[in-house]
Amino acid sequence: MTDPTQIADIKIPPIRNGTVIDHIANGQALNVLKILGVNESNIDSTISIGMHVPTHKGTAKWKDVVKLEDRELDPDSVDKIALIAPDATIAIIRDFYVAEKYQVQLGDRVVGLVRCSNPNCITNKGEPVTPEFYVEGRNPPRLRCVYCDRMLSKISDNLL
Amino acid sequence: MDFYDKDLVSIRDLDREKIEYILDLSKKMVPYARGEKVKRALDGKILGNLFFEPSTRTKLSFESAAHRLGCDVIDVSEMSMTSISKGENLADTIRMVDAYCDAIVLRHPYEGAARLAADVSENPVINAGDGAGSHPTQTLLDLFTMREAKGSLDGLNVVLVGDLKYGRTVHSLAEALTMFGVRLTLVAPESLQMPQDIVDRLRNKGCNPKKTTVLEDAIPQADVLYVTRIQKERFPDPAEYQKIAGTYRIDNSILRSAKSDMIVMHPLPRVNEIATEVDSTPHARYFQQAFNGVPVRMAILCSIMGGKIDD
Repeated sequence: MTDPTQIADIKIPPIRNGTVIDHIANGQALNVLKILGVNESNIDSTISIGMHVPTHKGTAKWKDVVKLEDRELDPDSVDKIALIAPDATIAIIRDFYVAEKYQVQLGDRVVGLVRCSNPNCITNKGEPVTPEFYVEGRNPPRLRCVYCDRMLSKISDNLL
Repeated sequence: MDFYDKDLVSIRDLDREKIEYILDLSKKMVPYARGEKVKRALDGKILGNLFFEPSTRTKLSFESAAHRLGCDVIDVSEMSMTSISKGENLADTIRMVDAYCDAIVLRHPYEGAARLAADVSENPVINAGDGAGSHPTQTLLDLFTMREAKGSLDGLNVVLVGDLKYGRTVHSLAEALTMFGVRLTLVAPESLQMPQDIVDRLRNKGCNPKKTTVLEDAIPQADVLYVTRIQKERFPDPAEYQKIAGTYRIDNSILRSAKSDMIVMHPLPRVNEIATEVDSTPHARYFQQAFNGVPVRMAILCSIMGGKIDD
């Protein structure tokens, strides 16, 4: 029987230089593009997206994959990806080879990456304060606001 | 115990040992709070009392606590009287008040305001209630009231009844009670039950609260019945409010099945959730609870602002 992950490789062509973000939670690829700030006017290289791709990793049956040509990620973007896709791996590709590969990782606190979902939180009232959260769970990520003490709901809707 | 110059923003800033220290000191404060003894332990100090939301008991009891200790008070009780009405942000207001006093007491309508104030203030900040968030000094006076009435907090059967969803006092109270191995029963209509993330937190601390919608079932085992106000504005349908408010009304008839030494507490103000006929029964402890705000806040001010009281 053909390995489904090989089929995925055929559907999403390899890149010469750039970044492969793999094992993105199923359905989160478009949010990853949002984090990367990809829009019609700022694309100057190829981006390949695989959604609902078969996978064997862990208990998941499906994953998303994003391949960015000629681009490497800044640390803030990697941290934000960890918030919506805690199992994601980042591979830096140079001349078709994997030069570096690591898994995204959440620290103990998340600072300045998401806003609090509580509209009555002081961080949403025009004060000079950076939203900050304690990480109470990593997979799935669960964040508690340092200021109002509420759990953050719908992380992907509140990315800054 | 190291409280000096420390903020008090959430009850979670305190462990059991620190809570017991404050409760022990509160007991020593009672004769001073009644004016039977006099000690100007905070003579020469200034407390900034900032109340950006209506308050009767908390504001007055902080003022009374400060005056009993010889501490001067400067205060703001209306946003319209401050530069906030000119567009000044809270952070700048706090920095300014910080320069005029030795500690700040803050009541504010937005959750997290006290944590922000503590971040920007050099002097300690005491949270006197921030929106639907924390109200740690209320929790401490509730614990003091229970301990004074029952002798100990350990293993008590505490029933929380009313608005357990939005009521800020019950969340931090429930959390604090888990430190004392208390058995909790949560009595509320489904729509006003305690939020799941708070219940999960209680469970993580070894307390598995029992939930029910029927008040009568919970009363016979209760050592403490803690009643909160169900707010009319939470119900789109006034008829639904009337029905629920009536179901959770405490009167002498419902108290017939209670233990003789069971106490009824309420953070006040009450509207009609406790009948006035209960006031004259030995169960009623809510006015004592309101008085206890003074010795407990004296203990907090003394600990944080560096006052000393003789035994």
